[in-house]
Amino acid sequence: MRDVAVVAFAQAPSVRRDNERNEVEILMPVVKEVLDSLGITKDDIGFTCSGTSDFLAGQPFSFVSALDAVGAWPPIVESHVEMDGAWAMHEAWVRLQHGDVDTALVYAVGKSSMGDLLDVLSLQLDPYCVAPLWPDPVSLAALQARAYLERTGRTERDLAEVAARNRVNAKANPAAQVSGDFDPAELLSEPYLVSPLRKHDCPPISDGASAVVLAAGDRAKELRGRPAWIRGIDHRIEAHSLGSRDLTRSPSTTLAGEKAGVNGKAVDIAELHAPFTHQELILRAALGLGDNVTINPSGGALAANPVMVAGLTRIGEAAQRVISGEAGRAVAHATSGPCLQQNLVCVLEAAD
Amino acid sequence: MANPCAVIGIGQTKHDTKRDDCSQIDLVREAAQRALDDADLTWRDIDAVVIGKAPDTFEGVMMPELYLADALGAVGKPMLRVHTAGSVGGSTALVAASLVQAGIHDRVLTVAYEKQSESDAMWALAMRIPFSPPLVAGAGGYFAPHIREYIRRSGAPEDIGIKVAVKDRLNGVKNPYAHLHLPDITYEEVRDSLMLWAPIRYLETCPSSDGACAMVLAAESAAKTPTPPAWVHATAMRTEPTMFAGRDEVNPVAGQECAKDVYRQAGITDPRKEIDAAEIYVPFSWFEAMWMENLHFAPEGDGWKMTDTGATAIDGDMPINASGGVMCSNPIGASGMLRFAEAAMQVRNQAGEHQIDGARLALGHAYGGGSQYFAMWIVGAEKP
Repeated sequence: MRDVAVVAFAQAPSVRRDNERNEVEILMPVVKEVLDSLGITKDDIGFTCSGTSDFLAGQPFSFVSALDAVGAWPPIVESHVEMDGAWAMHEAWVRLQHGDVDTALVYAVGKSSMGDLLDVLSLQLDPYCVAPLWPDPVSLAALQARAYLERTGRTERDLAEVAARNRVNAKANPAAQVSGDFDPAELLSEPYLVSPLRKHDCPPISDGASAVVLAAGDRAKELRGRPAWIRGIDHRIEAHSLGSRDLTRSPSTTLAGEKAGVNGKAVDIAELHAPFTHQELILRAALGLGDNVTINPSGGALAANPVMVAGLTRIGEAAQRVISGEAGRAVAHATSGPCLQQNLVCVLEAAD
Repeated sequence: MANPCAVIGIGQTKHDTKRDDCSQIDLVREAAQRALDDADLTWRDIDAVVIGKAPDTFEGVMMPELYLADALGAVGKPMLRVHTAGSVGGSTALVAASLVQAGIHDRVLTVAYEKQSESDAMWALAMRIPFSPPLVAGAGGYFAPHIREYIRRSGAPEDIGIKVAVKDRLNGVKNPYAHLHLPDITYEEVRDSLMLWAPIRYLETCPSSDGACAMVLAAESAAKTPTPPAWVHATAMRTEPTMFAGRDEVNPVAGQECAKDVYRQAGITDPRKEIDAAEIYVPFSWFEAMWMENLHFAPEGDGWKMTDTGATAIDGDMPINASGGVMCSNPIGASGMLRFAEAAMQVRNQAGEHQIDGARLALGHAYGGGSQYFAMWIVGAEKP
């Protein structure tokens, strides 16, 4: 495999509702920032790949106009996944393995405020047997949380502690939407949203965007003194039907983690794309991350959750900590689909 | 280019207006199972699945690959969902090929589909209201001005579109999977059909179809199959913005550069002479003439002459869309992959009644958006 690294990351501040800007306008400063941070322009990019969703925008081909944030002229070599940007990054990483291009720009944008996100996400479900019932993602996550608490003996207090810790971490993240000091006991006095989940167990609804630049081999070293080398990246999917899965575990995360080589060497930090508190605990177990691993120093998806973006942001946040010297080895994770159906794991390291 | 990649299995559904005999699951499995059978493989042999389709609004399912994961045998495997507008079927095959070329996987199943009867494709394609003024309804309204401009520039006779429509429909009769089978179609019938978006008549328009296409792509070590594989000689994608002052929408630069890139990779200097068969994305008949120029088969302004002289006929010197093409079947998300697959079928001598004798090198072409997304590959009978 060719050595490929994340050399730059930028993100828009996540907000509940960005009334002043459309997707292109949210994205443009992010793309500019990520390229400017390396002193390069779009003409230095060999491959571009993005992740967005038409259903969020309520418009066919919404990614087409998002291209205007890049300025695809003269024509560029470009592709798009209808997935979280983390999968766009996987496609770009594969493309860089061919050896004929050395740099890739990956971006994702999601403006959840364009519609009712809970209704929109329920349209991800089996269109003949499940979606007509309109089960929303919070209700589905609550089923998962209930099963998880019953199997493991963990408590709602454990979940509240996950929320409180992420919110404290998010205080240092200017892009975060939810942050601050909260007492888990007080959080538990809030009413249920859908039992056993309270508001703090759920992600905020966010508008946002993020972008990374990948570079291969010597080009990565030219662009960044301390690149975050991708030592392994893999993704796996599970069955769609909730009834055919053990929702309290994430075997696809475990498998992707094994393929990406998570274990074997110590992990300093992990950015886990867990939109719900109990999912952080499930993912942590699935990846075998011990108590000495700092989980979600950014505050994670509980602090900012722009759909289609939050997974790529996990990779960017983890890479940023390797680039800055804060971490030597980091794990990033992205998820897609109801109740952690599909998962991607990426291992990032500084050079030895 | 990196590692060799071979097409070892090809399958497609019977395309039709409304496949109400099956769900989306059945539709993709019908194509995928045929591709596996062709490759003499089982679901278990597949390392990863790459799926593509056009806008999710066509079926009203957000990211339907999540729901299709079980049906496509993807559980426990990587699954990727590509969407690059109308070119998506082609881009999906290229992303799948990229996984093999990069040495990540040995056998990748790639599938593209559309079940357009689950919604109204014309309105699903219309731009959002109220953010953009609804100036056009569906793709025909969008592309008609491009065609009018082509006719103005080239001075082409007004019946070129009619001739393409008749030719492709008669080719489609030879293709058992084609949606439209119109063996009795005539020039007069096309000419007298309803004008929808001048100069596009009803019979100069593609149908709206339900259908799927699948291929198994393999590394050299896994390219041992009953039917010799098609080898991927070149792949390219290009994108340009939808609109800006001075953009040439009739002969887009992205398409020209994409074509030059695949010819360069495949070592082709005279495409019309060296390529034996081409399957190109022609959703409205006039696009055959336009793409002949964009693909450098004819000098600018002369593309229509290839149709007029019969060069693009199944027995012509540059057969275009021997399968009947998009004019006979248009499950939009799958249409690009059908072009790529039909090109591979030609060099594998698998095309049955619409086989071009002795085809050794073939071009698959797809485009999308406002003539701004291009995906192409060149496949050959010999390993490059």
